[in-house]
Amino acid sequence: MTRIGVLIEEKGGEVKKTHLGALTAARQDRESEVYALLFGNHAEACRGVLQRYGADKIVAIQTLEPNPESFPEVRAVALCFAMDVFRLDALLGVAGQVGKDMLARVASLKGAPLVLDCLDIDFCSGVVKKSHFSGKTTATLRLNVRPWILGIRPNIFPEIVDPRKAEILTYKAPVPTSKRLVIREVKQGSSGGPDVSEANIIISGGRPLGSAENFRILKECASVLGAAVGASRAAVDAGFAAHAMQVGQTGKTVSPRLYIACGISGSVQHFAGMKTAKVVVAVNNDPDAPIFQKCDYGLRGDLFEVVPALTRALGSAQAK
Amino acid sequence: MYFRVKIYVCVKHVPDTAANIRPLGGTAFDETVKFVMNPYDEYALEQALRIRESGSGAEVVAVTVGKAVAASTLRTALAMGADRAILVRTDAYFADSVETGRLLHRAISLDGSPDLILTGRQSVDTEGMQIPYRLGVLFDMPVAINVTAFSMAEGRVAVEREIEGDLREVIEMTTPCVVGAAKGLNRPRCPTLPDMMKAKKKEIRVINQADLGLPSSVPAVELLCLQAAPDRGRGRILEGDPEKMVRELLRLLREEAKVL
Ligand SMILES: Cc1cc2nc3c(=O)[nH]c(=O)nc-3n(C[C@H](O)[C@H](O)[C@H](O)COP(=O)(O)OP(=O)(O)OC[C@H]3O[C@@H](n4cnc5c(N)ncnc54)[C@H](O)[C@@H]3O)c2cc1C
Ligand SMILES: Nc1ncnc2c1ncn2[C@@H]1O[C@H](COP(=O)(O)O)[C@@H](O)[C@H]1O
Repeated sequence: MTRIGVLIEEKGGEVKKTHLGALTAARQDRESEVYALLFGNHAEACRGVLQRYGADKIVAIQTLEPNPESFPEVRAVALCFAMDVFRLDALLGVAGQVGKDMLARVASLKGAPLVLDCLDIDFCSGVVKKSHFSGKTTATLRLNVRPWILGIRPNIFPEIVDPRKAEILTYKAPVPTSKRLVIREVKQGSSGGPDVSEANIIISGGRPLGSAENFRILKECASVLGAAVGASRAAVDAGFAAHAMQVGQTGKTVSPRLYIACGISGSVQHFAGMKTAKVVVAVNNDPDAPIFQKCDYGLRGDLFEVVPALTRALGSAQAK
Repeated sequence: MYFRVKIYVCVKHVPDTAANIRPLGGTAFDETVKFVMNPYDEYALEQALRIRESGSGAEVVAVTVGKAVAASTLRTALAMGADRAILVRTDAYFADSVETGRLLHRAISLDGSPDLILTGRQSVDTEGMQIPYRLGVLFDMPVAINVTAFSMAEGRVAVEREIEGDLREVIEMTTPCVVGAAKGLNRPRCPTLPDMMKAKKKEIRVINQADLGLPSSVPAVELLCLQAAPDRGRGRILEGDPEKMVRELLRLLREEAKVL
């Protein structure tokens, strides 16, 4: 039997939705025992949802350090200890920015193999798939030594209910405090809207948006769609959108259910960030735009007419 | 010459992101495409050069692990302004990150004792996202990556890094430390012709991987195969009146694609 730890991020007792998909990924192997690992005091609040999505055990990790959020190095050592104590063969997490950082710290401390942003995982053979060369190729990799440390791309594994009864184990990790790295502050950026990295629907704008003000038409559409607003690098570099909104090679990698690209030409670097979206819609006024060659649905037209029309159509559908 | 501060910058020789990558079966791909310095590593190198130019008297050493051809990326680093460069020469294109981390650590340790190690936030070829952390553990230094703002004073480094939800962490670390650069940190300089001429005279020390004396072992992660990622192909194109188009789109998204 393999024991798989799943690193769960929560906020105020609410488990981030993409993390339930990580439980599903761990559950693929029916024989495995799945340990949901989380820091802090919200294990009880999270228990219901964690056991519904397949956790067998819930480990509440506590540290001597009263503010482990500010000390990622302390959290990483605590996780390493927890992996030893519960004899975990693998640690799985979601490869968002916070997850990637923690999984890489743990893998490095353990000298263990790490694959981040996995698109597919076979827990029986230790064979995983991930993107190489900005999404242009898919690499099949095998992890040859244990423990395996793996991060899945957000939204790649849809969460599936698989009810269990999970007991809560509290683990007090005897980690000495280290102050050599401190998170002093967390600042809110300027984009305002919800984050693209874990959004299920994204509507993005490119260079022809022309100004920050014009992004309003995307924001209006996003609010009726329940979507986050993204941008191409051309739009970000021109100052129309915040860097946090950039999708692509040098921006965020996203895997939403639906990606709507408005006035975006379809460069390889943009596709590097959104290639694994389930459905891609392109709005472009040039019939020869490269993006029409690699989308599911293309709307040929002026985005300044098409996007407001979409917002209206969605709005009237909602009103009914 | 005596330098007060030693900065090592890890740079990787990778295919240009605009290049078409053609898998040739197994783990091979057509390597005749254009290669460049990993774009994030340019931000790392630029930061190192700015620290040197701010009057700290730093020496900037560019280090790479790669095939003999990777020397051309080191030449670029020297043209941008690195003082010297080290190539750890390997035979294969793909290397496991555990191994690459060890090689970089050994090569740098044998050369000197770093006050700062700068890297990119990730390689654009293998997208490992881990070398800076592995170096951090091997050198016993704190690490922060995805860094878009950097300052250094009196044995402490302060950085900002992007995380989820448009949030940025402000992190303080003791030195020496490892910093992984991201876009936004600075604007990397373009070497001029005279810079490139001067770079020809600078030293690139070549060390064979075998001569670093690391025991060879099974790779922790092994590349089994590389395949072209499927493209979606040409989409269904709708034309005509915007109102009609969006109605048809919504119908398709609901009934055919089932994503709404
Ligand atoms: C190392 C590197 C990293 C990069 N990283 C990224 C990245 O992370 N993300 C990214 O996006 N790019 C990235 N790029 C840049 C990328 O190569 C492209 O330059 C960029 O994506 C183009 O942005 P765009 O599609 O918005 O603009 P354009 O290429 O100018 O395309 C605009 C499109 O909008 C259409 N259009 C014009 N007017 C209208 C209208 N009124 N209605 C509808 N359609 C209209 C045009 O036909 C055209 O197809 C990177 C480049 C490099 C070299
Ligand atoms: N072979 C290599 N030689 C030199 N530096 C490397 C190498 N591989 C990775 N790096 C450095 O580590 C960073 C992160 O790489 P990775 O962990 O492979 O995504 C890169 O931006 C480089 O700065």
